Amino acid sequence: MINDNFYKRQYVISGMAIFVVIVYLVLLFNLQVIDQVTKGQAQGNAITQQAIYPARGLIYDRNDSLLVYNQPVYEVMMTMNEMQKDFDTLAFCRLLRIDKAMFDERILDLHDTRKNPGWSTYTQQVFMSQLKKEDIAQLQEELYKFHGVEIRNRTIRNYNCHEAAHILGSVGEVNWDDIKADDYYKMGDYSGRDGIERTYERELRGEKGIRKLLRDSKGKIQGRYKNGEDDVPAKAGKDLQLTIDIRLQQIAEQLLHGKIGSIVAIEPATGEVLALASAPTWDPQIMVGKERGKNYLHLLHDKSRPLFNRATQATYPPGSTFKTVQALVCLDDHVINQNTKYVCNGRASTPIKCTHSHGSPVALLGAIEQSCNPYFWNAFRDYLQKGNNGSKNSKKLHERYSQWRDAVMHFGLGSRFDDSDIYPQKGGNIPSEEYYNKRYGANGWIALTIRSLSIGQGEILVTPLQLANQTATIANGGYYITPHLNRNDSMKLRIHQTGIDRHYFELVKEGMGRVMTNGTGRHYSIEGVEICGKTGTAQNSHGKDHSIFIGFAPKENPKIAIAVVVENAGYGATWAVPIATLMMEYHLKGEIQHTDLFQRMSTSNTTQLNAKKE
Amino acid sequence: MQRRSSFIRNIDWWTILLYIGLCTFGWMNISGASFSFDQTTVFDFGTLAGKQLVWIASALLLGGFILLLDYKIYDTTAYFLYAGMILLLLATRFLSPPGGIKGSYSWIALGSFRLQPAEFAKLTTALAIAKYMGQYEYRLRSWRDLLIPLAIIGIPALIIMIWEKETGSALIFACFLLVFYRQGMSGYVLLCGIAAIALFIIAIKYDSTPLPLGTGSAGLFICMLLILCIGLFFLLQENKHYIEKWSVVGSIVLIFGISLLVNIWIPVNFNWISIATVILFSIYLIVTNLYKRNPALIMVGLFMLLSVAYTNGCKYAFNHVLQPHQRSRIELILGLRDEPHGVGYNVNQARIAIGSGGLFGKGYHQGTQTQMKFVPEQATDFIFSTVGEEWGFIGTAGVLLAFLALILRLIRIAERQKDNFARIYGYSVASIFLFHLTINIGMVLGVLPVIGIPLPFFSYGGSSLWGFTLLLFILLRLDAAGAEKMR
Repeated sequence: MINDNFYKRQYVISGMAIFVVIVYLVLLFNLQVIDQVTKGQAQGNAITQQAIYPARGLIYDRNDSLLVYNQPVYEVMMTMNEMQKDFDTLAFCRLLRIDKAMFDERILDLHDTRKNPGWSTYTQQVFMSQLKKEDIAQLQEELYKFHGVEIRNRTIRNYNCHEAAHILGSVGEVNWDDIKADDYYKMGDYSGRDGIERTYERELRGEKGIRKLLRDSKGKIQGRYKNGEDDVPAKAGKDLQLTIDIRLQQIAEQLLHGKIGSIVAIEPATGEVLALASAPTWDPQIMVGKERGKNYLHLLHDKSRPLFNRATQATYPPGSTFKTVQALVCLDDHVINQNTKYVCNGRASTPIKCTHSHGSPVALLGAIEQSCNPYFWNAFRDYLQKGNNGSKNSKKLHERYSQWRDAVMHFGLGSRFDDSDIYPQKGGNIPSEEYYNKRYGANGWIALTIRSLSIGQGEILVTPLQLANQTATIANGGYYITPHLNRNDSMKLRIHQTGIDRHYFELVKEGMGRVMTNGTGRHYSIEGVEICGKTGTAQNSHGKDHSIFIGFAPKENPKIAIAVVVENAGYGATWAVPIATLMMEYHLKGEIQHTDLFQRMSTSNTTQLNAKKE
Repeated sequence: MQRRSSFIRNIDWWTILLYIGLCTFGWMNISGASFSFDQTTVFDFGTLAGKQLVWIASALLLGGFILLLDYKIYDTTAYFLYAGMILLLLATRFLSPPGGIKGSYSWIALGSFRLQPAEFAKLTTALAIAKYMGQYEYRLRSWRDLLIPLAIIGIPALIIMIWEKETGSALIFACFLLVFYRQGMSGYVLLCGIAAIALFIIAIKYDSTPLPLGTGSAGLFICMLLILCIGLFFLLQENKHYIEKWSVVGSIVLIFGISLLVNIWIPVNFNWISIATVILFSIYLIVTNLYKRNPALIMVGLFMLLSVAYTNGCKYAFNHVLQPHQRSRIELILGLRDEPHGVGYNVNQARIAIGSGGLFGKGYHQGTQTQMKFVPEQATDFIFSTVGEEWGFIGTAGVLLAFLALILRLIRIAERQKDNFARIYGYSVASIFLFHLTINIGMVLGVLPVIGIPLPFFSYGGSSLWGFTLLLFILLRLDAAGAEKMR
């Protein structure tokens, strides 16, 4: 051995090899066994999750007729990097029946990351959506010629009826706010935009399933992960039965034809909304598919504001219909009783004149029947000044006012039904003590200042839905069940008491019955049915008064409570009363015998009448 | 018959066993890395796995053939083979496909068949080194004796790096330094190598980090401080004059103290201060020891001067000489850059693949990262990521330990050679395997720059498999012959 002096260096070299391997083993142990970060990254990298869209729940009316169902539509998807140079654009356009300019425009839109934030050449992009079977049939046959193009099917809503657009609402693509608020949604998903579709979105939408797919480094789908073992099937949405009777809804919408206004009908015993119509309205069938956007814009820019749900979003002063509530609040507080009489000087009355001519002094029933303004002003004033003995102690008066407001609001007036499924809703307004303090100063207002409230005018604002509910409260003799649209037993448990003695309700009902026999509603009747009602005329600074009517029938064991508002149509008796009685007739009898009246009502046009006069 | 059976007995079967085991497991991983869903069988010769099977079979035949050949031909033909290889490397540039393959001109393409001569250059160089250093009269006494061996490894390395533009394969030639070390080269050369790497990394990594006091970059300052410390270490050890050496330490401390004091009023560039101090100190060492005839401290002084030049040279080269893509690779390794989709894509995806394997792996053909081709070059340079993903830590540890066993076995075989030629050649083989293992796995793990060199027996490719097989089986043949002569 020649170089044996250095033979020990074999251990140095072996040591280096051992050192390197130990260092790498430590690094690998850390990376593979201890570090958890890379494991999640690999999941997201190679396994892509594709949503399986569930069928949306169907919607039925109270008599099990199908209103809303699903219909397949098709989307043309493009994966840009798979499209080859020989892509025959012209043939493609011909098959889809579009022109080259539109094709180019769509491609430009796809590239625009403001319009299409998910832009990528590797993933599928929606080239055209909401296509019907006949639109894609030709392309489908020759699809093999177009690399990178795929046809995907989705479902959209379709409607069996032309009515109830406001109630049903519509389904549309989610926006960024929805995605931020609920991570269930992804770009391009659909959700209920308004109406019942929105309220019951969670029930109707079901649960998306997950299809796990393997994706390569270019984003191309290579197949299913574990042959679909880990996939989650989609859960179909729950069906929904509405409280609406679609035939009554049809009648309501026909009656509102040519008018601006609304009808709300409620079954008093259950709080179920039987019909809820707002006019003008639209046919829900036009808000589907390719035309949705165009039609929506058209409705949005219509000056008569059809998208505005007047039944739940429009607020009006209740006018004389409010006298029923006024009477009950005052009776319950013992400010008046059945025999309390006030003097009415007719048109000469101050501070509020009476618009009807009747005997004087008048007691409660007569006052309701004749809608005597002075009677209710006197009662209201006495209510506010009770225990005050005419002194200028405004503190006491303010207390009384707040008490009055509280009692009124127990009828569901002036605020949204927060426990209701009706969307959208406006609250309306019963002015608070603070409001008047701010407006007139803490000592600046007395009963006289707010006298208009006594007859349902002034600052008080309510929605037709609240009016109908108030009517149901009277019909029930002191309580209401939150008005709702979902025919589900749990909704019937939401009972709200007014706290007013049942006995007083009988009195007011009596008065309302006399309205329909002797008073402002006497011209209309249903054979064999005792109707209770109250007309109203809401003063309107913008034009002709609004015609209002509230009523229920039959008097004993009421089946329907109704509120009708026809805007700018004048007296309640002229338009609102016949419309309401026809609705009641249909609901109670199943048909309308007053066909000529129905004919007249459903073809007349109050907006034209107004136009002529102006 | 007698001769044949003893020959078989003299073959180192442990090595053969490890070779076959690594090849088999390597092939399974290539099949994993190239497997795709629409594929019905792994024995399809159109796929990478199918092709690799052909390569393995031919490599086994080649190995058997080597064992049957006379062992003496390697000694006698070493220089011819070496010269022939140099010519082939030079010619390769003209024979490679126009434009090269991924920027490198190291491939000879004959139809669909491609060969990389650089993979065989390691073998011829090892034989030439063994031949030259194994001469009876050769002694490695001074650095002059290293000139020719350095030239033997330098020529093919430079041709491959500059002429063929295949830096990775060229770097492997540095592994012969280990052979020189075994043959008696000073250990300081290896230490210098380590110092060079450390200075480079510190200088570049902390180049843009400012010093907390004064002006200048932290990287350069730390490097100078390190050089200063090395110099002081040798000074304190070698110099016997107590007062003299401590006054040197004191004056260095004084220089920095005064600079710190001045820095209160005028910002001082501590880089210049530290460089000046190191240069002054090294000049002092050289001058005083020329007088005292202490060559060790003169060398230390020279080393310090060279280190200063080297560190500043590195900085300059890094910022002004290197190509942007080379710079970005280094920046990535040093953690100066974080680009999961850019330069770091390979490494990041490989780390994700390995990490996702966990302890036991996802199973054969079950790696999602692997199957979905997230790791580029996965069947070749990044094959270890497939091992990591599909076989887990058990698999990676097994492969590492098998390679360690092979390398240790090769060292042992080399050590038992009575013949210088065989021993030096044996060390060359062991060093080549050690370097390939270290650099390839270091690269996949992201601790070394991405240098495209294969993992022996694992990476797809006929050239490298044949190259490693030849290296290994020639050693086995020499070893068997040595054992025979013993009897």
